[in-house]
Amino acid sequence: MNDRQGPQDGAGRISYPIVPRPRYATLALAVIVGALTLALIVSMAGNANFQWDAVAHYLFHPSILRGLAMTLVLTAVVLAISVALGTVIALMRLSSSRVMGVIALVYVWVFRGVPSLIQLIFWFNLALVVREISLTIPGLGTLFSIDTNDLISPYAAAVIALSLCEAAYIAEIVRAGILSVSAGQGDAARSLGMTRQQAFRRIIAPQSLRFIIPPTGNAAISLLKLTSLVTYVAVDDLFYAAQSIYARTFETIPLLAVVAFWYLAVVTVMSIGQGFLEAHYSQFDTRSKGRWSLRRAGADLRDLWGSR
Amino acid sequence: MSTRQPMISIRGLTKSYGEARVLAGVDLDVNVGSVTCIIGPSGSGKSTLLRCINHLEIPDAGHVTIDGGFLGYDLRQGRLYEVSEKVLARRRADVGLVFQSFNLFPHMTVIENIIEAPRVVRRLGTDQAVKEAEVLLDRVGLREKANAWPRDLSGGQQQRVAIARALAMKPKALLFDEPTSALDPLLVGEVLKVMRDLAAHGTTMIVVTHEIEFARDVADQLVFMEDGRILEQGTPADLLDNPQTSGLQRLLSRAP
Repeated sequence: MNDRQGPQDGAGRISYPIVPRPRYATLALAVIVGALTLALIVSMAGNANFQWDAVAHYLFHPSILRGLAMTLVLTAVVLAISVALGTVIALMRLSSSRVMGVIALVYVWVFRGVPSLIQLIFWFNLALVVREISLTIPGLGTLFSIDTNDLISPYAAAVIALSLCEAAYIAEIVRAGILSVSAGQGDAARSLGMTRQQAFRRIIAPQSLRFIIPPTGNAAISLLKLTSLVTYVAVDDLFYAAQSIYARTFETIPLLAVVAFWYLAVVTVMSIGQGFLEAHYSQFDTRSKGRWSLRRAGADLRDLWGSR
Repeated sequence: MSTRQPMISIRGLTKSYGEARVLAGVDLDVNVGSVTCIIGPSGSGKSTLLRCINHLEIPDAGHVTIDGGFLGYDLRQGRLYEVSEKVLARRRADVGLVFQSFNLFPHMTVIENIIEAPRVVRRLGTDQAVKEAEVLLDRVGLREKANAWPRDLSGGQQQRVAIARALAMKPKALLFDEPTSALDPLLVGEVLKVMRDLAAHGTTMIVVTHEIEFARDVADQLVFMEDGRILEQGTPADLLDNPQTSGLQRLLSRAP
C-alpha cells in the first residue's frame, strides 16, 4: 500500500500532485511548423524583389491614403444601404403574403447568383440598355427625364451594384436571425395584446440581433475586400490608387504589399469592433458569461494561457 | 350564476392542419369565476383549443365568445367581419395565456417582462406599471427577484413570473397550457399554489394539465378530451371516480 502514500493537505487528507502526460508529437510538430514559418518570413524579408524600402515609401503616400478613404466610404455606404434593403427583403420573405415572398426569393436568387463583377460592369454600362430614365404619366406628361450616363457615374454604379448584391446576402442573414428566435416569444408577446408589428419591434428584433450581428460582421469584412472590384469601373479606391502607381513605376509587388497591409489593418480593426458588438448583444444569452468588460476579457485571456 | 352568460363560450370549434384534424367540433362553456381543467392524452387538441380561444390560431369553423363578444370579429347583420390586427391584439389581451415553456422575454429583467405589455398596449406610464407589477410580484412571492434576469431563475420561478406577466394585462380569463409539465417535480408545488390562490380569488381559468389531484381539488368542471373531441365532462368527482370511456380509464390508470 506504499503507493497510497502522498503529501497531505492542511486537513490531513492525502492530496496527490498531478504529473501531466508528455505531448512529444504536438511539440515536435510545433517545432517543425514554427521553423518553416520562420524560414518563410526570413526569406521574404531578405528578398530584394519585395523592395521593402519602396513599401515604406508608399505606405502613407497621399494617393494611397485617398484610395483608402474611398474604400472605407464605399464600404460604409454600401453596408448601410444593404442592411436597410436586406432587412426589407427578409421581412418580405417572411411575410404572410405569397407574392411578397416570391419576389424576395427571386431577388435573392438573382443578386446572390450573378457574380458581383458582372453586376458591377452591367450597372456601369446601363446606358447601353436604357438611354434615358424618365417618368411619364398618361395625362400628366413627362415628369422628369435624365440621361442614364449622367445619372450612373462610376461611383453610382459601384454603390448600386455592390448594394444590390450585398443586400441579398444580408437578407438571408436577417431572415435566419429572425427565425432563430423561438416562436414562443412571438406567441407570448401577442397573447399579451401586442400587434405583430409591436411583437416584432420590441420582442423578436432585439433577440434576433445576437444571431444577426456576428455573420453581418463577417459580411462587412468580405464587403470591404469586395469593394476592390470597383477598380474595374475606374473608381479610385485603394487598389486603383496602387494600380495607377505601379502602372507608371512597375513597383508592382511593393504596392500590392502596401494594399495588403491596409486591408489587413482595417480588417483587424473591424474584427475587434465585431467582438465588442457580439459581446454586447449576447448579454442575455445563457451561454455567455455576462456583461463584456476589459477585466472579463483579461480573465478570459489568462484562462486561455493557463489551460495550455 | 346560471342566469349570467358564461365568460367563455365555445361552439362547434373545428381546426385541421392539412389532413390532421386537431379539433373536431368542440362545445364548452366556462362560467365567470370558475375553473375548468382539461385532461387528455397528448395530441388530443387541448393546446390548440387554448390557442383558438385567444385567436393565436384561427379555427376553420365554429366560434368562441369571451364575455359575450368575439375576439377576432365584429358581428353585423348575421355576419362575422374580421377586425383589424390592432383591434384583435387589444381584445386578445382580455385572455391571458401561460405557456408550458414559460416564454419569458430573455432580454428583459423580471420587472421589465411584466411592465412591457402594460406600457406598450395599455399605454401605462412606467411608474404606474412598476407599481402594479410589484403588487403582482408580491402575489406570486417573487418581489425580491424584480431585477433578476429570467435565466437566473428556476423553472418554477420563471413560471410564476409568467403568471404575473399575464395578470398585468388584467385579463378577464386566464388560460394555462400545461403550466407545470416542463418543471422539476420539486418545483410543481409552488406554481400550483399560485394557481390555487388565483382560483380562490375568483379568477376565471381554463387549465390544461396532467396534475389530476390539482384538478380534483380546484376544478369546478373537468373535461376529458381525446382526438379533438370532448368525450366526458362534469364535476371532477364524476369523471375521476366513475370514468365512462376507456380513454379516460386508461389515462387515470397511468396517472399517479
